[in-house]
Amino acid sequence: MKIKIARYMGIAQGKEDIEYEVGLRDATLLEVLNEIKTKQDATLSYSSGCRSSICGSCSMRVNGREVLACAYKVQDGDFVEPMKNSSVIRDLVVDMDKAYEFNAKAKAWQSSIKKGVDLSQENQMLNELQSDCILCGSCYSVCPVYAVNSEFLGPFALTRVWKYVSDKRESEPKEKIDAIQTNGVWDCTLCNECTLVCPQEISSKADIEKLRMRSVVSGYSDPSFATSFSPFGGTSFDGSPSF
Amino acid sequence: MRSDVLVIGAGGAGLVAAINAHESGAKVRVITKEYPTRSQTCMAQGGINAALANAGEDSVEAHVQNTLKSAHGIANEDAVRFLCESAPDAVEWLDSIGVCFSRTKDAKIAQRALGGASAPRACYAQDYTGLKILHTLYDRCNALGIEMLSERYLLNLITHKPTNSDAYIGGATFLNMRSGEVESYEAASVIVATGGYSRIYDKHSTNSTSSTGDGQAACLRAGARLSDMEFVQFHPTALKGSSILISESARGAGGYLLNSKGERFTNELAPRDEVARAINEEIQKGENVFLDIRHLGEEFIDRELPQERKLAKLYENIDPVYEVIPIKSVAHYTMGGIEVDENSSTKIEGLYAVGECANHRVHGANRLGGNSLLELIVFGREAGRNAAKYAKVFDKTIEVKEQVKRDEEFLLQVKEFSNQIDFYEKRTFVGNVFYNNVGISREEMGLREALDAIHKIQKEMPMMGIKDRSKIYNTNLVEFLEFANMIGLCEIVLVCAISRCESRGAHFRSDMPEQNDKNYKAHTIAYEENDALFTDFAE
Repeated sequence: MKIKIARYMGIAQGKEDIEYEVGLRDATLLEVLNEIKTKQDATLSYSSGCRSSICGSCSMRVNGREVLACAYKVQDGDFVEPMKNSSVIRDLVVDMDKAYEFNAKAKAWQSSIKKGVDLSQENQMLNELQSDCILCGSCYSVCPVYAVNSEFLGPFALTRVWKYVSDKRESEPKEKIDAIQTNGVWDCTLCNECTLVCPQEISSKADIEKLRMRSVVSGYSDPSFATSFSPFGGTSFDGSPSF
Repeated sequence: MRSDVLVIGAGGAGLVAAINAHESGAKVRVITKEYPTRSQTCMAQGGINAALANAGEDSVEAHVQNTLKSAHGIANEDAVRFLCESAPDAVEWLDSIGVCFSRTKDAKIAQRALGGASAPRACYAQDYTGLKILHTLYDRCNALGIEMLSERYLLNLITHKPTNSDAYIGGATFLNMRSGEVESYEAASVIVATGGYSRIYDKHSTNSTSSTGDGQAACLRAGARLSDMEFVQFHPTALKGSSILISESARGAGGYLLNSKGERFTNELAPRDEVARAINEEIQKGENVFLDIRHLGEEFIDRELPQERKLAKLYENIDPVYEVIPIKSVAHYTMGGIEVDENSSTKIEGLYAVGECANHRVHGANRLGGNSLLELIVFGREAGRNAAKYAKVFDKTIEVKEQVKRDEEFLLQVKEFSNQIDFYEKRTFVGNVFYNNVGISREEMGLREALDAIHKIQKEMPMMGIKDRSKIYNTNLVEFLEFANMIGLCEIVLVCAISRCESRGAHFRSDMPEQNDKNYKAHTIAYEENDALFTDFAE
């Protein structure tokens, strides 16, 4: 079985696609990469950790699609590349620092801390799925918004915000809603690519839509809608938000 | 680049320590070789123990007694008591910062039974307990503005030894994986929270490939002591082909263990050491062993064990709703670690250790499921507060240049190693030897054979080395340094296992199957002096 890997060894050496032949069958991409690294080419660089789809380290792209290497079964002729929207450090390793920082910029945390708040099963289920996020960055890589706005808070950070905003234990969601107005919910194109690549079946697009509704309830409105379609700014005559 | 407190490792223990040090007023910096949220903690599935009695009668005393029983006489009762008494508050705190625990019908935190527990005591978040705790801790660190630096590999602790007074810590050196440069970070106190060393078993381990004992090895080099290193817990149920963990909660919920004939052969909810031995005996007899959760039903499995179903499908091509899961027992948790006192303090002033890398003497010879996540929270808090307190009155000088120079020279030397022997092959070889000879059942001859093999590898080290000479993100180099750390720890595990001529908890000697309290109700201690390894027993 042959696979091709997009190698990058730094500015001096530049980029090169290198083909490897591996004898494994029914193997995950991570197993194949480990085989190449330990038996054929020790210079191949990639990140990995738990090998069971929970640590989020081995996200990369195969044939243009984001996958976790430990969860993807390799096919003959696959082309493996690093993730997009983050700078490549080397080979399949990208620098995720900037992406991670959006969690803090979006204020994705519990603001009101109170012990002993009862939470019903129903309320707990509200954001169970969102709290499954493993921060692999697949959604960040596939997101087309970064082509036009490098400061977009992005899908995983916004899903994280929804996790806390929707949490019944949170009594001060307002500061989070405030934090996601600029470079936030309104910058999303709702293209749904993030949903399609998420290994945990989370839909950031859906979470962003819910955050938009919350924003509107909090008195915010879509700035592009306001400037392009409303001669009166973001609110209607009686001061209520227009949407 | 000085901080008051430097936390090495960004798993559960490290982040809890960082949060508490920060809240105690210290300037905190966290450094990890991965990213925060990618550590071993995210793999914990079963739950976190606390006697909340939300799902049935329970008491702190029962938690204490279950823990002590499983520890087989070498846990510190005061430490265990502190752990169990602090548990309800620890879980309440996690709940308050937003951990999505599963709930009971009356809106309380749901609890389930794990092995060795007299009551359903493990609070859980489906089978994603560790993931959700870790990510919530990370969010809390962001809320507090704690500095977290990623992809820096721990090289050495910086220590000072003034004449006529005790050694003290001054920070640590790291290999910045991205730049390839050696960096130093000064700090008044350092908390090591780098996780366990189960990867000495290589592919026969449930653990992340990062559990390579870097912290233990660095502490040993710096003059701290390690203890109880021979106690390695084997998790009864890992997927047969890939060693991927299937949570104990599958058995807690009523899952059976079956042999090839379809017969049950053990109490599935006994402590892990007993269940792993029973499975091992079946496999020795030539049986295959399976976990059967079919009778729990699809609805229950999808609600409570979604990750298990996904993993079994992906890695064994079987759907546990309809088929039995082929399993084996593999290395899962290392009870031994950096020797600390009740303040999480090592014998080097200002150096603390917490989490799996440390030995707070709460697990003894065999850890109970659900107690490791608990330990991270309870002792992480203590370590963070104590390190901050120490840093507040710290007034000594720190000098980092010498250590940086030594590390740079060492790395240059490593790059010159002759590379005639492939260390990846040796890593696989050591994993196999350890699984066979230093695993669930041990005997003197096999242990000595393994020790010979390790001694040989130690001699061959300069003939190994790296094939990748580049500076930028050299994982070949990092993996070699990890391998070197593991080989050092392998020697200690073996020397301690050979000297413990009895069976106790996870350390089972087929040639000496009885527990011998008269001679061995004690802790093994390992330390280095002038580059020579010493081991001893201590109360």
